[in-house]
Amino acid sequence: MRIRFRYAKLGKVRFTSQRDVARMWERALRRAALPVAYSAGFSPRPLLSFGLALPTGAESLAEFVDIVLDEGRVEPDEVVPHALVGRLAPFLPDGVTVRAAALVDGGSLQHEVTACGWELLVDGARCAAVAEAVASLLAASSVPLVRERKGRQAEDDLRPAIRELSLVGGAEDERVVVVAEVATQPRGVRPAELVRALAEQTVDVAGLALAGACRTAQWIERDGQRWEPLDDEGRTAGSVSAGAARERAS
Amino acid sequence: MESLWPRIEPLLAQVSKPARYIGGELGARDPRHRPGQVAWLLVYPDTYEVGLPNQGLQILYELLNERDDAAAERAYAPWTDMEAAMRAAGVPLFSLEHHEPAASFDVLAFNLSAELVATNVLNLVDLAGLPVRSAERDGSHPLVVAGGHCAFNPEPLADFVDCFVLGDGEEVVGELNDVLVAHRARGGPDGGPSEDRASLLRALAQVPGVYVPSCYEAVFGPQPTDGSPAPLVGVVPRYPETPERVEKRTIADLGAWPYPREQLVPLIEVVHDRLNVEVFRGCTRGCRFCQAGMITRPVRERPAEQVRTMVSAGLARTGYDEVALTSLSSADYSGIGETVQGIIDDPACSGQVSVSLPSLRVDAFTVATAAQIQRVRRTGLTFAPEGGTWRMRQVINKLILEEDLYAAVDAAFSQGWRRVKLYFLIGLPTETDEDTLGIVRLASRCVDIGRRYHRSVTVTASVGGFVPKAHTPFQWFGQNTVEELTRKVHLLKDAARGVRGLSVRWHDPAASAAEGVVSRGDRRIGAVIEHVWRQGGTFQEWSEHFDLSLWTEALAASGLSLEDTVYRHRGEDEVLPWDHLSAGLHRDFLWQEWQDALEAHGLPDCRWTPCYDCGACTGFGVEHVVASAVPPAGGSQGTGQDLSIGGEVPVRFVTGLPTGAGG
Repeated sequence: MRIRFRYAKLGKVRFTSQRDVARMWERALRRAALPVAYSAGFSPRPLLSFGLALPTGAESLAEFVDIVLDEGRVEPDEVVPHALVGRLAPFLPDGVTVRAAALVDGGSLQHEVTACGWELLVDGARCAAVAEAVASLLAASSVPLVRERKGRQAEDDLRPAIRELSLVGGAEDERVVVVAEVATQPRGVRPAELVRALAEQTVDVAGLALAGACRTAQWIERDGQRWEPLDDEGRTAGSVSAGAARERAS
Repeated sequence: MESLWPRIEPLLAQVSKPARYIGGELGARDPRHRPGQVAWLLVYPDTYEVGLPNQGLQILYELLNERDDAAAERAYAPWTDMEAAMRAAGVPLFSLEHHEPAASFDVLAFNLSAELVATNVLNLVDLAGLPVRSAERDGSHPLVVAGGHCAFNPEPLADFVDCFVLGDGEEVVGELNDVLVAHRARGGPDGGPSEDRASLLRALAQVPGVYVPSCYEAVFGPQPTDGSPAPLVGVVPRYPETPERVEKRTIADLGAWPYPREQLVPLIEVVHDRLNVEVFRGCTRGCRFCQAGMITRPVRERPAEQVRTMVSAGLARTGYDEVALTSLSSADYSGIGETVQGIIDDPACSGQVSVSLPSLRVDAFTVATAAQIQRVRRTGLTFAPEGGTWRMRQVINKLILEEDLYAAVDAAFSQGWRRVKLYFLIGLPTETDEDTLGIVRLASRCVDIGRRYHRSVTVTASVGGFVPKAHTPFQWFGQNTVEELTRKVHLLKDAARGVRGLSVRWHDPAASAAEGVVSRGDRRIGAVIEHVWRQGGTFQEWSEHFDLSLWTEALAASGLSLEDTVYRHRGEDEVLPWDHLSAGLHRDFLWQEWQDALEAHGLPDCRWTPCYDCGACTGFGVEHVVASAVPPAGGSQGTGQDLSIGGEVPVRFVTGLPTGAGG
C-alpha cells in the first residue's frame, strides 16, 4: 500500500539537503508510529521514495514522497489519507509542512515526473537587461553549459530542457523574479545552472546572481495532458486519469 | 539582544553544509532572556557535526534552561569557509537558537574534549569580538569558562580562560550561576569594570571544583646553565582565601541526574547520530594510559530501570532507530545482558531498533551480546587490546589474554561479521620492537580465524601514538618522538605487507607530538598556542589543517622545544603543572602504579576486588555504585579473574528508585 504525501519546504530548513529531508521523514514516521514497510536484505531500509531531488538552499511548494506501508500492520484509520496529514504534522521540523496525502498506484515519482516549475529571485542586473537575456536565450538554438560530471568536464546543451522562461518585475528593479519551466528528463536543469546560462547571454547581465529559488510545481505528462503528482486538494494523476491507468494495466 | 540572522542568511548560499548554522533541532530551547538572568553561551570548539552530540554540553544546556535565573544557547566552531565569510561581512560568532552575537552573553562556556581544540578556543573568543587574553578583558566582557577532560591540565589555556571547572558539571554549573547572580545583585565596586571582573574571579575561586588561574601564580626557578627551560617550582595562590588545591567535583548518584531528558536531534547528519543513554560514569579497570578512566572515578552506574525508561522514552520522542548505551566500557555495566534484552523485547521497538555498545570488552560473552543486539545491521565489530604482547598489556594494565581475543574474534566471525577492527597504541613505556610487531602477529592470527568462516574478511589494526596524560600513572613518561613513532609505523606497515585481509591504519605521529605539547604543558604553552593560532592554525584536530611546523616554530619562539616539553621523562620529585589540581588520585598511588608498570605488574579491576586506596572514593566520601550485585559474565576484562576475593569491596547496590546523594 503506497501513500503519496505533498509537502512544502520553506524558510531556514531550506538549507538542509535532500538526504537530510529523507532522514527527517524517517524519524517523523517512526515518531508517528506509522507502520512503514522495510526493504528486505542485509541492511533493511524504510521504503520511502522522493523522486526529484531539491537542491540544498532552494525552497519548494511542491515536494512529494511515496511511502509504502506494511499492510500486515496497518490500522483502518491509517488508510484515511487526510488523517495522516494531521498525524505527521507535529513530527516534522518547522518549515516542512505536509499539504496533502493520497493512496496511489502506478509509476514512481522518479519515472513519472517530467517537468518542474521554478521561481528564481535574481539580482546583480536590471530587469530590462535580464529581459533581453531571457529573449536571447529563448531565441538560441542551443545553450551550451560546461558541467562537472564524475570529476570530468562535460558540455551539455540546456536549450531542449528549457520549456518556458519569463520574468516578473519593474523595468528598473534590481531584484527580478525569473519564472521557468524545465524538463527533468533525461537530465534536469538546476536553478544555478539556468542563472549561469542567462548570465552568459549579454555583458549587461554578467553579474547576475541567484538570490533565492523556489520550486512551484512538478508535472507528470502523459498523452498530451499533465497533472501534478498530487495537488493541494489531494487529487492525484491516478484519480484524474483512472481510466487511462486501467487501460494501461489491461 | 538583536538577531544577526538577516546578515547570516546571505552568507549561507556560499558555504558548505549551511544547515550547520540554522539551529532548529528537535529539543532546541527557545530561552526568553529576562533581566536578572545569567545568559550562557555553551560553545563546542569544533564543528557542529562533531560537537552537537556531546552529551556534557547537552546536560548543562538543559540544567541551565530549567532554572529561572539562567538561559542557555549553543554555538559551534564555524568551518573555515563560513568563518572567512563571517569575518569578511563583519559577522561575529553567534548562537544557534536566536542568532545573537556571542559578546551579548554573560558567559562563554567551552567544552574541552581534546588537546588540539585549544587554538579554536582562542579563535572563537576572537571571533566573538573579545580580547583573547583574560588579563585584557574586564566586567564589560562575557566571562570565559571551560570544562571537560582537558581542563584537568588547564595551564596551557590559563592565560585565556577566566575559570575552569574540574569534574562532573551537574552541580557546579548551578553554583557558578548563583555566584554570577549574587555578584550582579551586589553591584560592582566603584573601581569600574576592571575591579568588577577581579572581584568576580576571586568569588568564583571559592567555589569547590573551580580553578581561577589568575588567582594563582606559576612560579619558575632559575634557568639551568645547560640552557634548558626554567623548572616549575609551583602554582601557588595569590590570595589568602584562595584554596591551595582545587579538587574535582563528583556527583554521587547518576540516577539523580537523568539527563539529557530531551536529547537534541539535529536536522543534518552528525557523528554518533543516534539516541545516547549514559549507563555509567567512571571506570575502574585501571588502564594506566587512560586519562578518562583515572579522572572520572569512581564507577557510578545508572539504575537499570532508569536506563530502560530513558531508552524507550528517548526512542519514542526522537524517532531514532539506534540507541547507544554509553560509558567508558559499557559491556561492564552490571546486568548488561538483561538491559539489552529488555530493549530488544520492547514491542514499541518492533524489531527495527539496533543497540550499540561503544568500546566492546574483549571476550566471547560480549560478542554474544553484540550478536543479540546487532541483528539488524551486522557490519563491523571493534575491540581494543591496545598492546601487541601480554607483557605490554601488563605494563599498561589492559589485562586481556591472547586466548580471550581469539575467542572473541572467533565468535564474531562465526556469527556473521566480516570486518573486525582492533585498536592499538604504539610508543608505550618499555615497548620493544617485539611488542610493536606483536600487533601484526595478533591481527594476522585474527585474519586466519576469520578465514575459517568466510572467504574474504577484513581485519584493520588501527594504531595511535601514545600521548601521556595528566593524572595518570604514565604522566611521568617521556613521549616517543615523531621519528620513533614513524619508525614503528613503518615497522608495522612492512610486517603487514603481503598479509591478505589485514590493513594497518595509523594516527599521524606529528599530531601526537602537538597533542603532547598541550597535554602536559605548563603556563608557558599559552604563548605557543597563541602563536599557532595567530599563524592561522585553527582546526588542528583535522588532518587537512594540522601543521606540526606551526607548533615547533611557536615553541622555538618561546625558547622551548619538543625535547623538553614532550619527549623528556619526568622524575618523582619534579613539580608537575597540575599538581595543585586534584582528580582525587593520590600522587603516591599514581607513582606506585608507574613503578609497577615498569615492572609489568598488572592490577585487577577494583570494582569487584578490595580497594587499592587510589583516593577517588575515600577522598570524596563516595563509592562505587552498581546496578546489580552480580558481576558481568566473563569477569572483569574477560580474564576469568577470581571474583570471590571481594569481601571488603566498597560497592553500593542500587535497588529501585535512586535515593539522591550516596556516601
